[in-house]
Amino acid sequence: MFGKLTWQAIPFGQPIPLAAGALVVFGMAAVVIWVVARGYLPYLWREWITSTDHKRIGVMYCLLAVVMLLRGFIDALMMRSQQALAFHAAGYLPPEHYDQIFSAHGTIMIFFVAMPFVIGLMNFAVPLQLGVRDVAFPTLNSVSLWLTASGALLVNLSLVVGEFARTGWLPYPPLSELTYSPGVGVDYYLWAIQISGIGTLMTGINFVTTILKMRAPGMSYMRMPIFCWTSLASNLLIVAAFPILTATLAMLLLDRYVGFHFFTNEAGGNAMMFMNLIWAWGHPEVYILILPAFGVFSEVVATFCGKPLFDRRSMIIATMAICILSFTVWLHHFFTMGAGGDVNGFFGIASMIIAVPTGVKIFNWLFTMYGGRIRFTSAMLWAVGFMVTFVIGGMTGVLLASPAADFVLHNSLFLVAHFHNVIIGGVLFGAFAGYTYWFPKAFGFALDERLGKAAFWCWLVGFYVAFVPLYVLGFEGMTRRMQRYDRPEWHPWVLIAGVGALLILCGIAFQIAQLWVSVRGRAERRDPTGDPWDGRSLEWATASPPPAFNFAVLPTVTSEEPYWDIKQQARAAQQLVTSEPQYAAIEMPRNSPTGFVTAFLAVLTGFALIWQIWWLVVLGLLGAYVTFVVFAWRDVHETELPAEEVARIDRANRAARAAALRAEAAG
Amino acid sequence: MSTPALRFAHDPAFGPPEAAHRAISGHGSGGPAPKRIVVGYGFWIFLLSDVIMFSAFFAAYAVLFKNTAAGPSAHELFDLHNTAVQTACLLASTFTCGMASLAVGQRNQKWTQLALLATGLLGLAFIVLEIREFSGFVVRGAGPGRSAFLSSFFTLVGCHGVHVSAGLLWLGTMMAQFYAKGFRQDIRHRFLCFSLFWHALDIIWVAIFSLVYLVGSLPPELLP
Repeated sequence: MFGKLTWQAIPFGQPIPLAAGALVVFGMAAVVIWVVARGYLPYLWREWITSTDHKRIGVMYCLLAVVMLLRGFIDALMMRSQQALAFHAAGYLPPEHYDQIFSAHGTIMIFFVAMPFVIGLMNFAVPLQLGVRDVAFPTLNSVSLWLTASGALLVNLSLVVGEFARTGWLPYPPLSELTYSPGVGVDYYLWAIQISGIGTLMTGINFVTTILKMRAPGMSYMRMPIFCWTSLASNLLIVAAFPILTATLAMLLLDRYVGFHFFTNEAGGNAMMFMNLIWAWGHPEVYILILPAFGVFSEVVATFCGKPLFDRRSMIIATMAICILSFTVWLHHFFTMGAGGDVNGFFGIASMIIAVPTGVKIFNWLFTMYGGRIRFTSAMLWAVGFMVTFVIGGMTGVLLASPAADFVLHNSLFLVAHFHNVIIGGVLFGAFAGYTYWFPKAFGFALDERLGKAAFWCWLVGFYVAFVPLYVLGFEGMTRRMQRYDRPEWHPWVLIAGVGALLILCGIAFQIAQLWVSVRGRAERRDPTGDPWDGRSLEWATASPPPAFNFAVLPTVTSEEPYWDIKQQARAAQQLVTSEPQYAAIEMPRNSPTGFVTAFLAVLTGFALIWQIWWLVVLGLLGAYVTFVVFAWRDVHETELPAEEVARIDRANRAARAAALRAEAAG
Repeated sequence: MSTPALRFAHDPAFGPPEAAHRAISGHGSGGPAPKRIVVGYGFWIFLLSDVIMFSAFFAAYAVLFKNTAAGPSAHELFDLHNTAVQTACLLASTFTCGMASLAVGQRNQKWTQLALLATGLLGLAFIVLEIREFSGFVVRGAGPGRSAFLSSFFTLVGCHGVHVSAGLLWLGTMMAQFYAKGFRQDIRHRFLCFSLFWHALDIIWVAIFSLVYLVGSLPPELLP
């Protein structure tokens, strides 16, 4: 009846996972009870859960990322504390538990923190920057969000029911094959990633279509904001790379479930094929993450330096060069496979070449700052911190790209330090910069700057204290994923790294405090102008938070920085230069529970597949088909917002802007 | 899946008058592209991603082709007669799917339904033949668990078969929609996607037919 699922799946004998699981369950139950008791449920259902508005979906993606960041960071603290204690000792985490923690940490941080964060920012900002009303396929967008959340839920479920993978964030065979990993851990990993991967693929399709086919009149390719360009590159990579992930994990699933021999040791299977396939997705994946972050920094640097981005043409070319080159370097993840000097040489050189367009970008940002009137807001601090940190991470990457050096450093803590250097210093700092930068646009009030800066300095210093020791440990020969060790010269460095993790914990505490303080004081912090940073692209032309339709009339674009130009004209004329448009009714996509229902069925089906409860699998798939038909059968797709309502909202925005102009002229 | 902004692309009340008269390409000159273009374009991108997924299975097949683990090889297994009939069914179904497109263009319910029915029956025949071939292999001890070569063969060809089966389910839903709702614009857009999907499966089958069945049937001494 329940497949492999028995009471033994609940870890009654292990206090740590049981306590953690109980905490999560009670925490979620408390949130649900609070929401229901306060009567927020109908509001949440109507305005958020069923929303097809790209801005709301973007906010929910970021919320998911933030919650999962806390989970992934707890894993990081557990690893650092285990290694701090495990010198000549067993520590407090037994190997089978420690292995699950480092696997969960990597899986969560890449798939459920970095991905949702950058996708959330793209969701929020791209249609606004393009000057349009929504993405190409709004309901599909909601389905994407909820499928990603389903994957995250399955990963967290493994904490309470069963176990998680012990195979690292990429489940290398033959270890991940049924012979060596007979439990459900790898299955949790595989189904969680397959489900969220489908969501990500649909996001990619949605955004490529949106950016290439839906732009405000006059917005040619060269007039697109840089964040839209980097989002385009990132989504092209999603469309080209995620199917490879789906296929590869499908092969491993077939091996595990029905005795196929893709990657097994026997019957002609080829485990190294897994490494090739997974990294043919995995290397583009790191650019899927970093390119939108580059886009955020481009927006932030231009805004807070009060200058157009230096030579945006070269920035665009560099972005697209990275987009293509990212598919030519995957083998550098396993030089030690022994493909031969020629092959390793090719991939080593290709990897080093990627540093060139990345270097171009760094100079773009530096030259934008040069001669600019720099405002060191916390968003700008993240950008500057990124430039310094990322250059160091990039240089250690070029070092690793040399096959000779890689043979020494492969799978050492040097590697771990390198990729945290670029992912924290690049992707995460970018996500935080974007979060700070667009928060007032999303909610109509800015985050507290003082606490934001405190958080930045804790993160920056904490990062260096936590990861520079790992570079040293790598040179001293310490490999990654060690549950215990007995080399005395490693111990002090491991302890320093632990202190770094605590500093980062302070940074996170400041961020939570920042959110708390800012939300509590939102009435005083309210920004009526919709343009708190003196922005340059179209998202700042509309109110904060933007109305559901974004723009009452689609803006006409005549330059690279349309909003800046019209603002300068208005400043010269000391009044709004555009006369009030003729308002008309706007049709907006209706909300739809399709995404949420799909996610519910995906969790059910995924759980049934993991525990091999076949009747539930059939039921889940049947439900998915019924959902599809019900959705396809709907007759009304849109709701109409009457012209008077559009006029009322837009007149308020125009009045606020006129007042801001007068205030600026007066003061 | 609606794109409200597109409604206004043709409306002179929105945007400057010169933009409204220019051909709207979605390339920035006249604002967002019309809905039909957006839907079709998005579906093309999906199909490209699907082709990439198949290319991963093709690559795995190429890598594992010779790893027969002393079991049967492609040359010993494949029966080109069966494959020829399968190919004929699928190519003919592409033709009838094209007929359905023409009938939809004419808003002709009877011919739309008949052409779609023919498409479905031909697709079903293809699936039945594939199942027969697969079960024949399994009976002869050449199931997917026998060797890495057979794993990759069953996965690649089976993945195409699963696509065709999903297509049949979609086709049935499509027929019901045309019957119940007529030739509404959103349903025609959906049919455009379906026909693109069906033709794309044909293209993938041509690749499978050539690279798997034709090459696999060559005597081993002719293979590199």
